[in-house]
Amino acid sequence: MARIDRIAEPWGSRTPYGPGETWPTRVDSYLADGLTEEQIDRWVQSASILHSNGDGLDIAVKDDRIVGVRGRAVDRVNHGRLGPKDLFGWQANNSADRLTRPLIRRDGELVGTDWDTAMDAVVGTVKRLLEEQGPSAIAFYTTGQLFIEDYYTLGLIAHGGIGTNHVDGNTRLCTATAAAALKESFACDGQPGSYTDVDHADVIALYGHNVAETQSVLWTRILDRLAGPNPPKLLCVDPRLTPVARAATVHLAPRPGTNVMLMNALLHEIVRNGWYDRDYVDAHAVGFDALKTQVEKYPPEVAAEVCDVPADQIRAAARLVGTAERLLSTVLQGFYQSHQATAAAVQVNNVHILRGMLGKPGCGLLQMNGQPTAENTRECGADGDLPGFRNWNNDAHIKDLARVWNLEQIQIPHYAPPTHAMQIFRYAEEGSIRFLWIIGTNPLVSLPELRRIRSILGQERLFVVVQDIFATETTEFADVVLPAATWGEKTGTFTNADRTVHLSEKAVEPPGEARPDMDIFLEFARRLGLEDKDGAPLVKWSDPEGAFEGWKECSRGRPCDYTGITYDKLRGGSGIQWPCSEDNPDGTERLYADGAFWADPDHCEEYGRDMVTGAPVAAVEYRAMNPDGKAILKAAEYLPPIELPSEEYPLLLTTGRTLYHFHTRTKTGRAPQLQAAAPEVWVEMAPTDAADRGLGEGDLLEISTPRGRVEARLRISGIRPGVVFLPFHYGYWDAADSGTGRAANELTITAWDPVSKQPLFKTAAAAVRRLARADGVSTPAPTTTASAPVTGSLPPTRGGHDAEAGELLPAGGQA
Amino acid sequence: MKLDMAIEELHRSENELHGVLLGMSDRHEVDHEVFHVTRTMARWSELHVAELAEAGREFGLELDPRAAGPALWLEKLQQKTSELTGRRSAPGLLLLADLRHLYREAGGTALDWELLAQGAQVAKKKQLLDFAERCHPQTLRVSKWAEAKLKESSPQILAS
Repeated sequence: MARIDRIAEPWGSRTPYGPGETWPTRVDSYLADGLTEEQIDRWVQSASILHSNGDGLDIAVKDDRIVGVRGRAVDRVNHGRLGPKDLFGWQANNSADRLTRPLIRRDGELVGTDWDTAMDAVVGTVKRLLEEQGPSAIAFYTTGQLFIEDYYTLGLIAHGGIGTNHVDGNTRLCTATAAAALKESFACDGQPGSYTDVDHADVIALYGHNVAETQSVLWTRILDRLAGPNPPKLLCVDPRLTPVARAATVHLAPRPGTNVMLMNALLHEIVRNGWYDRDYVDAHAVGFDALKTQVEKYPPEVAAEVCDVPADQIRAAARLVGTAERLLSTVLQGFYQSHQATAAAVQVNNVHILRGMLGKPGCGLLQMNGQPTAENTRECGADGDLPGFRNWNNDAHIKDLARVWNLEQIQIPHYAPPTHAMQIFRYAEEGSIRFLWIIGTNPLVSLPELRRIRSILGQERLFVVVQDIFATETTEFADVVLPAATWGEKTGTFTNADRTVHLSEKAVEPPGEARPDMDIFLEFARRLGLEDKDGAPLVKWSDPEGAFEGWKECSRGRPCDYTGITYDKLRGGSGIQWPCSEDNPDGTERLYADGAFWADPDHCEEYGRDMVTGAPVAAVEYRAMNPDGKAILKAAEYLPPIELPSEEYPLLLTTGRTLYHFHTRTKTGRAPQLQAAAPEVWVEMAPTDAADRGLGEGDLLEISTPRGRVEARLRISGIRPGVVFLPFHYGYWDAADSGTGRAANELTITAWDPVSKQPLFKTAAAAVRRLARADGVSTPAPTTTASAPVTGSLPPTRGGHDAEAGELLPAGGQA
Repeated sequence: MKLDMAIEELHRSENELHGVLLGMSDRHEVDHEVFHVTRTMARWSELHVAELAEAGREFGLELDPRAAGPALWLEKLQQKTSELTGRRSAPGLLLLADLRHLYREAGGTALDWELLAQGAQVAKKKQLLDFAERCHPQTLRVSKWAEAKLKESSPQILAS
């Protein structure tokens, strides 16, 4: 077994393979304290919880403590591999500063208390508000990191029991546009493609998706294809010089906020050159004429001007995707968190519908997720959707849900789409939401325009409950803090971005009095006395497996059918892709084979929305437009971004992530190897922009927008001119001073895509000025990733001995 | 032939719609989606007004190609008022009233486009017909948005 510094080499060693071959196995592992595998007491099956890739892994336990992880060779997702966050992130579980008992606010201070007192305060407030105002006063803001069992229980309690329409997650920030784009094109959520499409593709197009850092093991798979015979060509659309961009055949770095313009130009070329499958479109799609008319207005020359990308590069990109034989496309935050998010992501779907490239090996479409269990919030009704991809606008679906839950139909709110997160905070701002339960997320670092969020959560009249595993910037604003168990301390299932369902078993006891999220919800329902229409307890289960069985019934016959999966079936082997039922007991690799969609007006999850205003399409309109349930080619006009650079704010700010951290670093900041790799916020600028302003690598800058200011050291990187980049991971829980100049979201704007309601993190006008020269201080940005320096020679990012992880290659494999 | 009257009337109603949208945007600055989407839709009216002025020339009309909007001072005043009352729920009722008004304005303007399209058809003015058929759906989208937003916003406003 080789030992590799996986901070210095995040993707490990190559195991090259060719098209159509099976990706070779490579088993990665990391054990703390110099332990060897022989010394481990037991291995407990799980999967990764620090990104959306869903890498199967086993948790090493010794003396009832988690001491390491090892990739699962049998798992279809990772074939044994693990990324740096998988290898090192688990250490946060063992942190000494975990929340171990409930806290309650007394005389302005949070003090320790017992569960009884804490839950009394929560339930008492809810009961009072239900009497005073009704369900409209109650809201839940959840996460993308709980398990199916937690979400489904919460969805039932909130939508069915309390009857509030206000349930959404921080998945609104990461995955809302993926769901929205799929609903627009296929009238239903559900990831069409599969990770195995990497094994077959001859062209892989990545739109705003820095897969090397967001899903490092999937990038490892692509790197292994690139190192093998007949490698795929890559198209990369990204304003930064990411590892993907460096490997790409064509790299387009458009001006932020112009994605729809660029996509329309690509479609213009595809249509003009006849690179589409007319028979497929005739048989399986509606809307071709409108799309053709729309994209005619966007020749490459027009897009070149607006996007600031050479027209011949746009043509080269169009030729790549237009002439590919097996095209795999992936989309992420560069589109989802930018201007006209859904409209842009939908145009990627259009490429695949036009080319008839769906449901076949290599012809994959992956609208990615950001978080490990974001997919489940969408399925289980914890993120602004109803469970089982049911249509809020279809009475028959509500009736069916009421049957599953044994409730009267009117109890389940369906007068409007479930309230999205940004609107929940707006209602809290104007005072009509008076109870907000925040679960496993840290809005005081992750939501846009933090000054505003602080002022909302700081209101006396709003009762805030925070359920988490650490004290965070957000718990500071809580009236009650509930300590939760996390991954490895509770059992449950979750689903990755290519519909692979994994079981994650409990390995150790949670610390102190911390409790699994589902247990907290069950206690809440019991104390609230929630009942079904026959007076029996509303929630019928008391353990995770019971919740899973309940969820399976809710999913029966729906696109996300789990009825063929059991805990036992998930034990020992690989994860399984839904839909999985009696008819397809081994799961389903790809959706939409042979042009069969879930778009029938009676079955579909949504009738779609206006691509500019976001107004929902009425049932009768949808029936007229798509009576036979075909795929929908939806055209979109380009609109200029809502905040343009000015004399005062001449640059465009974009925010993002780095390979070594997850979200607000509550976990990764407590894993020494990850924290050391990217210890502090930095800002990136292009060499020309820095030179124009006389700025140098390492200078301390102030970055400002009309909303606030941040201080960060400058990294001169390969980002396109006119744009500055800030990572959004850094907040205040471990800041050196008590100011508010560290979080990127001090600067972002409160605005969102009217279709998906995903906030804009990628387009804001900003200014920079120097506060101090570098004077020998270096910028704390990784050199291994998109933040790699392009000037001078800087010491490379290394993890050293502590970051050496095991790597077991197959016999004959290269190292 | 009264096509000139139809164009003149449409020019007036698109101007009005433009003002209604921008006024509404300013009054609801703290309701971020209302603020931004109404501004986006106001841009449609702005373009319609400019094109109507151009189309009117053939019929001897001299129409202002620039859409009228609220005066800058009024805009700022309304935005400030919105910020100062952003913590109260009474503006919710104002939003419902504004959406109802917008729905009617946009509906009226859409009918005016319908009229122009009918007139262009009978007069066999192909270019004018294409123009009307291009703009009419955008105006309809404004009234659909007003209806949808009202449907979405009213439960919370009425329940609290």
